[in-house]
Amino acid sequence: MAIKKFVVGSFYDEQVLFPAVKAVRKSGYKIHDVYTPFPIHGLDTAMGLRDTSLHTAGFIYGITGTSVAFSFITWAFTTDWPLNVGGKPFFSLPAWIPIMFELTVLFAAVGMVLTFCYLCQLAPFVKKDHFNLRATDDTFVMAIEVTDRTNVAEAQSFLTSLGAQDVVLTEKETGWWIGRYDKRQQLLSTDPQTAL
Amino acid sequence: MASRDQFVIPKRYNTISLALMGVGIVSVLILLFSHGLSNDEHEQARFWASLLQNSVYFLLVVNASMFFICATTLAWGGWQMTFRRVPEAISTVVPVLGIITFLILMVIVFGGNHTIYHWTDEHHVMEDETLLHKKGFLNKTFFTVWSIITIGGWWFLGRKLRQLSRQSDAAPMSIEEGKRYIFKNTVWAGAYAALFGLTALSTTPWLWLMSIDAHWYSTMYSWYTFASSWVAGLALITIFVVYLKNNGYLEYTNREHLHDMGKFMFAFSIFWTYLWYSQFMLIWYANIPEETVYFKPRMQGVYRGIFLLNLVINFLAPLLILMKRGAKRNYGTITIMAVLIIFGHWLDFYQMVFPSISGDHVPFMLVDMGIGIGFVGIIMYVTARSLAKHPLVAKNHPFLKESIIHHT
Repeated sequence: MAIKKFVVGSFYDEQVLFPAVKAVRKSGYKIHDVYTPFPIHGLDTAMGLRDTSLHTAGFIYGITGTSVAFSFITWAFTTDWPLNVGGKPFFSLPAWIPIMFELTVLFAAVGMVLTFCYLCQLAPFVKKDHFNLRATDDTFVMAIEVTDRTNVAEAQSFLTSLGAQDVVLTEKETGWWIGRYDKRQQLLSTDPQTAL
Repeated sequence: MASRDQFVIPKRYNTISLALMGVGIVSVLILLFSHGLSNDEHEQARFWASLLQNSVYFLLVVNASMFFICATTLAWGGWQMTFRRVPEAISTVVPVLGIITFLILMVIVFGGNHTIYHWTDEHHVMEDETLLHKKGFLNKTFFTVWSIITIGGWWFLGRKLRQLSRQSDAAPMSIEEGKRYIFKNTVWAGAYAALFGLTALSTTPWLWLMSIDAHWYSTMYSWYTFASSWVAGLALITIFVVYLKNNGYLEYTNREHLHDMGKFMFAFSIFWTYLWYSQFMLIWYANIPEETVYFKPRMQGVYRGIFLLNLVINFLAPLLILMKRGAKRNYGTITIMAVLIIFGHWLDFYQMVFPSISGDHVPFMLVDMGIGIGFVGIIMYVTARSLAKHPLVAKNHPFLKESIIHHT
């Protein structure tokens, strides 16, 4: 995987972060991502992120759950093992609706959690690295990707002028495994033998 | 454009609301001459049933506005502050419709015609063991007194909460004053919630609607009726908000607030279905004759079409159309859905009332809807007058800022 460089600025105030995000986008820098300790309403709009497609996935999972429940119960109760329950017809839709509902919810919930983990690149045994560990505590971290046309020094001073407290240049391996701890040791290593 | 914080009733609006009321009056007259003045008790009952259905439905719908204020106040919600004056204005219709409904109920109870409320026939009650057991609750005195307490309580507490809201207009509040103000609001809203629980959430539907089938009972009935009127009430608030917004008022209200109203309409449509189904499924499963008697004409009889249409309009349509985020944020879609929901729950009330009065055929006439349109006219007229009286935004309310920066 390619190694990419990022200019990382840390902000300590939400009120400073918002105008900074807007200004950075306006000046044409490529924001890789903004990491915050808690969800911030409106930040996605400010960053210009598209709407998530998670809910579309959820709808499809839900519909799948409904159909699975409906078709399985229909098959089981009318074809495979018809039972006479209180003289009701074998095909008794009202009795199946709770099960159909439950399976809709189950499929949608589990499917959406897994999809969410996939989209956020979370998986068991994958240790995520952070641009700044304090992003999990009290710091808002903005990572600007350094492309061919980015002037690093300029970007750094621009971020500082927008109110970023410490601005650093870091390197990360991109792709699904971006920022794994074990790779990071190699990245930071000065030894030419272990450095990638 | 000049700041528009005071609603001015357009001439055309007034004309339309008066015209709708005219349609209502004409409908009542037509139905009065075709059925109400007939010598047949059954025909008379059909006339009064239509008035009962429409008046109770629209009274509960406008009263849902009051519940909206009460619920959001108790939850310390701030997001609704930019348009809170709208449900407040709608709730001023409660006394008007309350009096109309009360008069209709009184005529039905004391009019000597026992077709709608069997339990008003004392000779019949003496011979009927079930009704005899229910006599402590289902009798004319209790019905009258409790109806007066119900409507009077809604009136009084609604007025109190509206007065409190207008108090904030006088001068900006300090933090201490704001805290006291919110506390006072919470206390009165709490009183309203208690009254609402004892009336609209329990006894009111039992007395006014469920007692039409005096032998039958369902513990879900009041919840189900509440869900019906509540979701229609939310739809009504949404329509007024969109109307004011389209006419350049309510500058702080935007798509974010509308989105939340849409979520409410969506969620409570599902809630309604849940309650409807909970009532239906247990009766269907147990299959006990004295319980299934309610669903017999509705599911297998002539009301089958209305019964199923009711589910399509009130469940399938909101579920599929309002599910998308874009639909909830679109003024057009949300208005169409709001109108559809109000109509759908009107239909729901129709099938609550009529199958027990006319089980062998659907006596539906367009004038039934005409009477409903008349009530809509009253709601439009009174709400607009009340909106025009006071500023549209409570600009000193402590939670206003929270509403202005509201973001979903």
